[in-house]
Amino acid sequence: MEKQVVISGFGGQGVMLAGELLAEAGKTEDKFVTFLPSYGPEMRGGTAYCDVIVSDKAIASPVISFPQAAIILNLPSLNKFEPLMKKNGIIILNKTIIPQDVKRKDVRVCKIDAQTIAKELGNEKVTNLILLGAYAELEKTVSIETLKKSLKVYLTGRKEKLIPINERALDTGAAAAKEYMACHV
Amino acid sequence: MGEKVLMKGAEAIAEAAIRAGCMAFFGYPITPQNETPEYFSRRMPQVGRVFLQAESEVAAINMVYGAACTGTRVITTSSSPGISLMQEGFSYIANSNVPCVVVNVMRGGPGLGDIAPAQADYNQATKGGGHGDYHSIVIAPHTVQEAADIMFKAFELADKYRIMVVMLMDGLMGQMMEPVEFREWVDVKNNKVPVWATVGQGERGQRNIITSLEILAEGLEKMDIALQEKYKEIKSGEVCCEEYMMDDAEYAITAFGTVARISKTVVDLARERGIKAGLIRPVTVWPFPDKVFEKRAEQVKFFFDVEMNEGQMLLDVRLSVNGKKPVYYYGRLGGIVPSAEEMLGELEKLAGGKNENII
Amino acid sequence: MKTLYKVPGAITDTPTTYCPGCPHGVAHRIIGELLDEMQLTKKTVIVWPVGCSVFGYYFIDTDAVEAAHGRACAMATGIKRTHPESFVITYQGDGDLASIGIAETIHAAARGERICVIYVNNGNYGMTGGQMAPTTLLGQVTTTSPYGREAHANGFPLKVPEMLAAIDGPAYIARGSLDNAKHIIQAKKFIRKAFKVQVNNLGFSLVELISSCPTNWKMTPEESLERIRKQVLPVFPIGELKVDEGVA
Repeated sequence: MEKQVVISGFGGQGVMLAGELLAEAGKTEDKFVTFLPSYGPEMRGGTAYCDVIVSDKAIASPVISFPQAAIILNLPSLNKFEPLMKKNGIIILNKTIIPQDVKRKDVRVCKIDAQTIAKELGNEKVTNLILLGAYAELEKTVSIETLKKSLKVYLTGRKEKLIPINERALDTGAAAAKEYMACHV
Repeated sequence: MGEKVLMKGAEAIAEAAIRAGCMAFFGYPITPQNETPEYFSRRMPQVGRVFLQAESEVAAINMVYGAACTGTRVITTSSSPGISLMQEGFSYIANSNVPCVVVNVMRGGPGLGDIAPAQADYNQATKGGGHGDYHSIVIAPHTVQEAADIMFKAFELADKYRIMVVMLMDGLMGQMMEPVEFREWVDVKNNKVPVWATVGQGERGQRNIITSLEILAEGLEKMDIALQEKYKEIKSGEVCCEEYMMDDAEYAITAFGTVARISKTVVDLARERGIKAGLIRPVTVWPFPDKVFEKRAEQVKFFFDVEMNEGQMLLDVRLSVNGKKPVYYYGRLGGIVPSAEEMLGELEKLAGGKNENII
Repeated sequence: MKTLYKVPGAITDTPTTYCPGCPHGVAHRIIGELLDEMQLTKKTVIVWPVGCSVFGYYFIDTDAVEAAHGRACAMATGIKRTHPESFVITYQGDGDLASIGIAETIHAAARGERICVIYVNNGNYGMTGGQMAPTTLLGQVTTTSPYGREAHANGFPLKVPEMLAAIDGPAYIARGSLDNAKHIIQAKKFIRKAFKVQVNNLGFSLVELISSCPTNWKMTPEESLERIRKQVLPVFPIGELKVDEGVA
């Protein structure tokens, strides 16, 4: 089993954190993982993305040229990665701010109103974790429970108090994905 | 070995260096390796060691030179333009026979270039780089774990031969995170000053002088020959090379560092399609594993060299193969990382007898 | 029998390579005497420069390293930081320190690096044949200022101690001169203070020594010393420029 996912959005949407949490969870489940961030001269803004691979065997290339899965947080990211998706790959979409439909018919799509759900949970910043929860639910790369364990590694000190809302975000995202796929597949 | 931690390459090498007994870091910020000095700046004071941000790469390498003269395990890290600035120091260090470790997280060039991953400093690193007849040991890891392991080896080699050891990485390996397991800490409690070091004569019978200067040509020639003798010894004992799926390979891909890692995917994909490919990955790019190529030249139909530069290691491969088999090249420049798929496409064309787009 | 003169223990028997009348020998002797008197010889590392004193380690009997041109303060930093018990001196000329090595010098001073810098200023590049230095006086003829140094083209003489005295890092900054016995005795006092600064772990110290270059100035030794008094010292006045609290 080798799972490859691209996570992409604006700088500041928590793209890298989502990727690192997934990699950390993969490590915790004793799998091989690589996390490869895009990096540029700017610290904030612009499109940021990362490639995460979780595998049962040693990972050769850490670069994902044609994603099996993509977690897409903004429109520029959709435009960038939609053409690159593997056939039957899956795009998990932040529907709230992406009005555009996926044009390709040979990829699966899961649209989540993630930013709205995040707002309802009380913090728009957990949009990334809602989508990550959705991804974990659909692709079974790692379990939601392990992702929750990873939160404890990354959210420490001042950020520790954010663990409960992030846990809820993972659960809510997973439930939303289940619901969406039940209605659309 | 302890537990696995998820770390960026740029941080893993710093932690590995500390565990390997590195007592001092001197360096200057440059992208894409800033996580390394930042990590050292946090950790070195915690373990009672030296971290100093120098005013320039020029100063940094000369601080390293000074620290090396005291026999202290010392490191600097930088990226291509910064490494260019350090070349004069490298040359002095070589002819002074003092040990140190230098990491080059290569980025696109020439000039200011960009900050994307590249391998275009291969020639600079393996052929010397500064003035004069000298070499450094140059090691090119291809995973974060390997980089962490090699850091220990780098300090051991530096001390053993009193030589500079270069770890040749690239921006991708620096930024990438992978689980790493570190070797046991090197015990530094009983560190002794080596007999050759310049720390003040003390109880030593005679004083020590460390210099790269010998004004008489006859004398300098002797020093130069002594250096070459040392290099011969290193060439005969310290070559390191990994072969992947080479036993029955008809086609040998050859690459180092990040491209070598991607090449393993290419080998797997090629074999799925019935193309018997293998990979020869020089781990030490100086000394270069020429014997491996010599041997495999009897076996394979051709070599396919892939690099993130205009074909720099290519020349070493061709020298080693010595005309026995064709050596083709494919590369991307400017900081573009070649994809496994495009490399496979090129390999398929070659294996099918066509070789357009290949120099 | 009373000893009137002897070679300091820290000075070797090797005849120097300096030109007749060159004050480098005097500067070496001051350092040798002080290393003896302060019992520092065995713990000293001297970082030698590129310039006339490139072979200095043949003449002063301590552990030594040979720096790249201008990099003595950086190299000394590396030694002192990793081996704080060593007594670390750099010995540099005006081309080495004030031109190519000015960045390393200023930053070592700003960091309060615990090293002593002996800075010998003879107003030109002696070893390479008398080219213009940052310290060359206005109007002075050198092989690369054949019509005399002009401010609009070549700038003004650089006063390093005055610059360094203006920043917080250094503990002790002084300028002495090697033109006569009185000044030499004073210069030795300055250097003794500078050495004490390091012995007492107080920080960075630098002593500039105004020197001459009879060969490239194309003068007799006497004439060259006279020129120091008449022309150089008015531009580079001697004295202590920064003496931190605790420096004695």
